[in-house]
Amino acid sequence: MAKATSKLATESIKLENHDPEKIKARLLAKYPPKVARKRAKQIVVNKVDRDGKVPVISSNVRTVPGLIGQRGCCYAGCKGVVLGPTRDIINITHGPIGCGYYSWLTRRNQTDPDKAANGQASDGHNFMTYCFSTDMQDEEIIFGGEKKLKQAIQEAYDNFKPKAIAVFSTCPVGLIGDDVHAVCREMKAKLGINVFGFSCEGYKGVSQSAGHHIANNGIFTHVVGLDDTITAGKYRINLLGEYNIGGDAFEIERLFERCGITLVSSYSGNSSIDAFANSHTADLNLIMCHRSINYVAEMMETKYGVPWIKVNFIGAAATAKSLRKIAQYFDEEELTAQVEAVIADELPAVTAACEEIRPRTVGKRAMLFVGGSRAHHYQELFGELGIKTLSAGYEFGHRDDYEGRRVLPDIKVDADSRNIEELEIQPDPERFHPRIDEAKRKTLEAEGLGFSDYEGMMPEMPDGSMVIDDLSQYETDELIRIFKPDLFCAGIKEKYAVQKHGIPLKQLHSYDYGGPYAGFKGAINFYKEIDRMVNSRVWEYMQAPWEASPELSATYAWE
Amino acid sequence: MLLRHTPTEIKERSALTVNPAKTCQPIGAMYAALGVHGCLPHSHGSQGCYAYHRSALTRHFKEPVVAATSAFTEGASVFGGQANLVQAIDNIFTVYNPEVIAVHTTCLSETIGDDVPQIVAKAKADGKVPEGKYVFHANTPSYVGSHVTGFANMTKAMVEYFAEANGLKSKTINLIPGYVEPADMAEIRRLATVMGITTIMFPDTAKVLNGPLTGKYKMFPEGGVTINELQKCGSSAGTVALGRIASMPAARALDAKCKVPCQILDLPIGLTATDAFVDTLRQTAGVSVPDAINLERGQLVDTISDWHQYLYGKRVAIVGDPDQVLALTRFLVGLDMRPVHIITGSPSGKKYEKSLRDAVARVPDAVNIRVPGDMLLFHQWLKNNPVDLIIGNTYAKYIAKDEDIPLVRYGFPIYDRMGHSYFSTMGYRGALRLMEKILDAILDRKDRDADDITMELVM
Ligand code: SF4
Ligand code: SF4
Repeated sequence: MAKATSKLATESIKLENHDPEKIKARLLAKYPPKVARKRAKQIVVNKVDRDGKVPVISSNVRTVPGLIGQRGCCYAGCKGVVLGPTRDIINITHGPIGCGYYSWLTRRNQTDPDKAANGQASDGHNFMTYCFSTDMQDEEIIFGGEKKLKQAIQEAYDNFKPKAIAVFSTCPVGLIGDDVHAVCREMKAKLGINVFGFSCEGYKGVSQSAGHHIANNGIFTHVVGLDDTITAGKYRINLLGEYNIGGDAFEIERLFERCGITLVSSYSGNSSIDAFANSHTADLNLIMCHRSINYVAEMMETKYGVPWIKVNFIGAAATAKSLRKIAQYFDEEELTAQVEAVIADELPAVTAACEEIRPRTVGKRAMLFVGGSRAHHYQELFGELGIKTLSAGYEFGHRDDYEGRRVLPDIKVDADSRNIEELEIQPDPERFHPRIDEAKRKTLEAEGLGFSDYEGMMPEMPDGSMVIDDLSQYETDELIRIFKPDLFCAGIKEKYAVQKHGIPLKQLHSYDYGGPYAGFKGAINFYKEIDRMVNSRVWEYMQAPWEASPELSATYAWE
Repeated sequence: MLLRHTPTEIKERSALTVNPAKTCQPIGAMYAALGVHGCLPHSHGSQGCYAYHRSALTRHFKEPVVAATSAFTEGASVFGGQANLVQAIDNIFTVYNPEVIAVHTTCLSETIGDDVPQIVAKAKADGKVPEGKYVFHANTPSYVGSHVTGFANMTKAMVEYFAEANGLKSKTINLIPGYVEPADMAEIRRLATVMGITTIMFPDTAKVLNGPLTGKYKMFPEGGVTINELQKCGSSAGTVALGRIASMPAARALDAKCKVPCQILDLPIGLTATDAFVDTLRQTAGVSVPDAINLERGQLVDTISDWHQYLYGKRVAIVGDPDQVLALTRFLVGLDMRPVHIITGSPSGKKYEKSLRDAVARVPDAVNIRVPGDMLLFHQWLKNNPVDLIIGNTYAKYIAKDEDIPLVRYGFPIYDRMGHSYFSTMGYRGALRLMEKILDAILDRKDRDADDITMELVM
């Protein structure tokens, strides 16, 4: 076995020369039978049919206790991901101190409080650098925490005078039965500002994903539609599922500005609650991270008639394609010309950077296990560098993120997902108006512009690549031993274990404190960063000279 | 401005914590458990907690932090986590094969009231714990105490589960180093070793959370106290426990269980605290202090005299964990500096607060102390009464930047600088390093603020 491993672990071996089914068997061999059966459905060898169909992958299912994986919880998805990046709202964590503490400033969502979206005057509010918590103590666990929560909301108001306050429940809150929604309603009436709560206890669902859904529901219920003002600007869009890690959203905003596209609101990188309130007045929703935000897009379409399309601003070609999709939708000469002009102006620098770096990256092999969209999106950038993705998977994606939305009707809703509320949305009697008519939609679709559609990751991956959902620590170590990839992409928890193997790990949640990587300028940053990582000298230093040739020579060097 | 909404006017708050100076128990328990050789920490709760704890420790140490979780879903939260924990134990031993699993609870499993020892007994009865392997546990409800309490509880559990008195007292001295860096643990042990003392130190995260890069990942690295050592610590001659809040519970438990007498000291931060540590070791072990240590001590005294003029009278604000804050305050007062705003986020009791007040009795300025307090209040104090230096963790940099005050990073977590896990701040040598950091901060500021006329080459 040891011998076989060392043979496999040479540069010349490519996945094509392996039997992926054998590798899968090897990954499962050590597991207890029940675990192996479950994991077998989450480890899939990709195969794309002629009509784009791919094998079924079990996902959005419970994590196996004790297996050690990447996932976080519902609270993290709700507070951390979707509302954390909104600057002008006070987010109070209702619970013991930890949950709020760990989600304090750790996600790198940049924001610019002094420049409001859409050219409006800014009020300068920014609470993202603060952490607010009720710091529940044992008295509250025993006697209930509603009184303390009420008082905490009052104190937040007295000290900071925010426009809005949101409350996030952590694990014990649900168990002791605090009615956070009633408290929020009462305080909303008392203070005259928007106060609303989220029942996003950590144990709900099976991952962060449940929290995304709950956050989407909450914003849609309590915020979207509060402000009907139609602000100035042509080609009014929302950007959804872009969180401005390392300034990604700023780069995308820059491109929009150059193209003359008006960003009404963004969910939720560099976002403000005022812009959410007004977001239903946009004419098109663009979705970046489908997993975390598709619910808002769907609900906005049903209630207000705003259609959505999937975009991807990760990768130069993908960015150009996404800008063209927007132009195609609005279908106006002026916009199309401007978009083409911007692409023509920006692309040469990107191509030049890529050409310069590519000889040093081409043929390298990567693995991506992260999040619910990035494991897909970043394959674009790697492709541009000539880096091949051997294996990829999501931390909390669902089948539609892997296989495409075409499988939505076939997804079985299990007990864990059934607990997450699906809002019943009806068209708004006054404010529903479809932005384009049926005929136009048909024409655009015939021209290849897919509405309400996401094709998923697997159809874009080569046959034989391994797709693994909710990767475990054990599988990570085995994959590295088998393939010795040149680069591994995951998050902070995985980073240093992978690097101890001598393989660089690029964090695709926090970007290792770099970025932006979106858009054209971001692509150049990414090329440079990957060049740095895969060609760093540090990986040559792991062995000391005396380990390379341990024989003792008979004479001293100076003799 | 980063913290642009912080009001200068202080209104007392009773319910809202803003910018906490503490976190929850399980992360401390996880850190302590990593200081046991071959141990996999296990979080009995939903998977969010362990993800957060692992992330936070990883950001601080830039090292792998492995731990497992019972991964509660809603069902487990209603019906209890027994099935999850039993399954986890089985999977962990089958797949990862540690020597020992250290289970800590979370606020979820505590609120449900899961009985961990009973569940572990069931796992054993079901044959899920292989021969020669161990599972131990600590209760770490996050709605009591802080991360330091969690560390103290897990350290105490090591004693409760493993320590045995074999009737014969050995010459060994137990060291309980407290919630300190791997480098500090190594330094504490080094001092004892230089004095010729055989020690058992627990927990011991040296070489676990500052390990080498060799190209071979070991899930269970070299370092850590072994179970065998933990068993033997019940027969040691005595225990020296450093830091009342983090280390006293374990030391007392060992005394109660195995009659190993204990001495509880401050963390050896600075001259006098290190003196106390060395002197206690000398007396407990019946050894004399070697010249090597006298030399280290003398060098520290020399340095204090060399640089005293830049330290004298400087106003300092300190925020951090209780044992560190107390020892640091004493050290700074001993340098004739003036700690004027002092906060720890961890509830540490009236006696602790009194020690802190006694420590600053000689400071001529008005001194603010809050136990427990948060970093909003800390910031407000600074706005009202500015200082020359802030000592605190990485979160303090937002205050330092806004108020334009030099910062020395100290404590947990430090997410944005290197060094803390390699260079100790304990002992005489550690005090030198701490002084270097403090003086660098103060003198860099002096240089920055000097005009073309008053700029000094020699200081
Ligand atoms: S749920 Fe409790 S144990 Fe978990 S992170 Fe939050 S405070 Fe800590
Ligand atoms: S999947 Fe990725 S982009 Fe989406 S929410 Fe998660 S980290 Fe963010």
